[in-house]
Amino acid sequence: MFWNPKMECMPVEEMKKLQYEELKSLVTKLYESNQFYRARMDSKGVKPEDIKCIEDISKLPFMFKQDLRDNYPTKMFSVPNNQIVRYHVSSGTTGKPTLVGYTQNDLGYWTEALARSFTAAGIGPDDTLQVCYGYGLFTGGLGVHYGGEKVGATVLPAGTGNSERQIELMQDLGVTAIACTPSYLIHLLDVAKKMGVDIRKDTKLRKAILGAEPWSETMRKKIESESGIETFDIYGTSEQAGPMFTECECHNGIHIPGDIMYVEVIDPETEEVLPPGEKGELVVTMLQKEAFPLIRYRIKDITHIITEPCPCGRTSPRIARITGRSDDMLIIRGINVFPSQIEYTLLQIPEVGNQYMIYVTREGALDNMVLQVEIKPEAFSDNMEKMLKLRHNIESALKKYLNIAVTVELKEPGELPRFEGKAKRVIDKRVI
Amino acid sequence: MSKIIKQLSIFVNNEPGRLAYISSVLKDCGINMRAFNLAESTEFGILRTIVQDPEDGYNKLKMKGIIVKKTDVIGVYMEDTPGALFTAADALGKASINIEYGYAYSYKDKAIFFIRVDDPEKAVEVIKDQGIKLVDDSEI
Repeated sequence: MFWNPKMECMPVEEMKKLQYEELKSLVTKLYESNQFYRARMDSKGVKPEDIKCIEDISKLPFMFKQDLRDNYPTKMFSVPNNQIVRYHVSSGTTGKPTLVGYTQNDLGYWTEALARSFTAAGIGPDDTLQVCYGYGLFTGGLGVHYGGEKVGATVLPAGTGNSERQIELMQDLGVTAIACTPSYLIHLLDVAKKMGVDIRKDTKLRKAILGAEPWSETMRKKIESESGIETFDIYGTSEQAGPMFTECECHNGIHIPGDIMYVEVIDPETEEVLPPGEKGELVVTMLQKEAFPLIRYRIKDITHIITEPCPCGRTSPRIARITGRSDDMLIIRGINVFPSQIEYTLLQIPEVGNQYMIYVTREGALDNMVLQVEIKPEAFSDNMEKMLKLRHNIESALKKYLNIAVTVELKEPGELPRFEGKAKRVIDKRVI
Repeated sequence: MSKIIKQLSIFVNNEPGRLAYISSVLKDCGINMRAFNLAESTEFGILRTIVQDPEDGYNKLKMKGIIVKKTDVIGVYMEDTPGALFTAADALGKASINIEYGYAYSYKDKAIFFIRVDDPEKAVEVIKDQGIKLVDDSEI
């Protein structure tokens, strides 16, 4: 099932031509009318006429998160304020917040992208979609909401929190699909269990669109085997518009519709474009964006591009699961550690539950990483030796995979914090 | 009637107020502890306790979301005189029965040693052969 078969199944060469036309007209327009982008192009000595095919995009300068912050709130905007129809503001966890403005057309391709994604995930008019992303300044709630309505699904704008009520509504309204963060779904499954609700028997929930925070394949397997729900990874950040792109039912990467976004993966050190299959930093260009430019934007997510044809018939390139952000990377005693690696290792250990917290401290000149792990009730033993052995086994597994020594602390289920929005599992207390 | 007693073993996070919380749950559930012992590592502990009605206690604690297990232990009556522990421990040692842990309860002139061994059935026979009295679960 396709939402827009012409665009989704367009032959690759034809798509490249379309992308070239889009890029050329975008860059030409920006060079004439956008002060910020003109200055950026001039500093690299590149003119719109230098763009002769889509691959020439690599001649264009990069953009960074800092550019959006420096131009807060609207200094980078390309259109007069009367054409802006909405704002979203991204959480400023580091530094100033970022303001995102949307023209009517910006909202249009955002919703179009989600309509294609939901259709690819098999969600349509027969579905009731519970949206448990935050509504408001965060892009998640409203974005997914309009995407759901676009495909004709019945949308339940549940937002976050009040989890028992969420489960009741899910049962009462026959909810078939949910969109939330993976950590919130795990929390909801916990709550359902405590309420005596069997997700498989007592609800119709069969699909989950999960994103807004990094998660792993092992987490997917855990959720799917515990609940019988088919999960779809969704990608998209507020700078791009919001959550936009998902996997299809083949679950082999996130489809990136070429007419909407152009993706490159670069080596962050050399800034060279890497061939498909090679892991690096994602660089995105929003080809239809109007409110402000987002060209060769260094989004800092780590992934690789997949160009092998997908059995679903879509010709678009795909990106592999985001394995981390170059920003999230922790350097522990000189070794690069991504929280996603820790999750991947932990969730393969059968005694370990779904919740964990990572604490980093510095003692003297030495970094110390403490990992608090909830164990499953059935893993508890009255024998202290067995418990210490379990702790030791977790430490060894981490040591083997991460190459650094980690202190593990075993915690009982329910003890560690649950997250309703984006999970914050890493607490770096180092003062440098 | 059994000489094998069901002990409740409870997982306790090692942090301020956690034992108080577990004790308050035990109280709210009306669970009366006859004897208990706390083993701890750096971040967690195991509260081991002998209660009047272990089956009922187990179910109530589980309902409250507390991690609890039933563990077989035996209770050895000891005369409250020097050397009493030696007699029991020596007999078990000679029978190659390993004591994982134990804790004592003494009241007036009575003393009971609750022990976790790797083979409770065999331990019951060995202790009986020594003429030492064992606590029956009905006496708890």
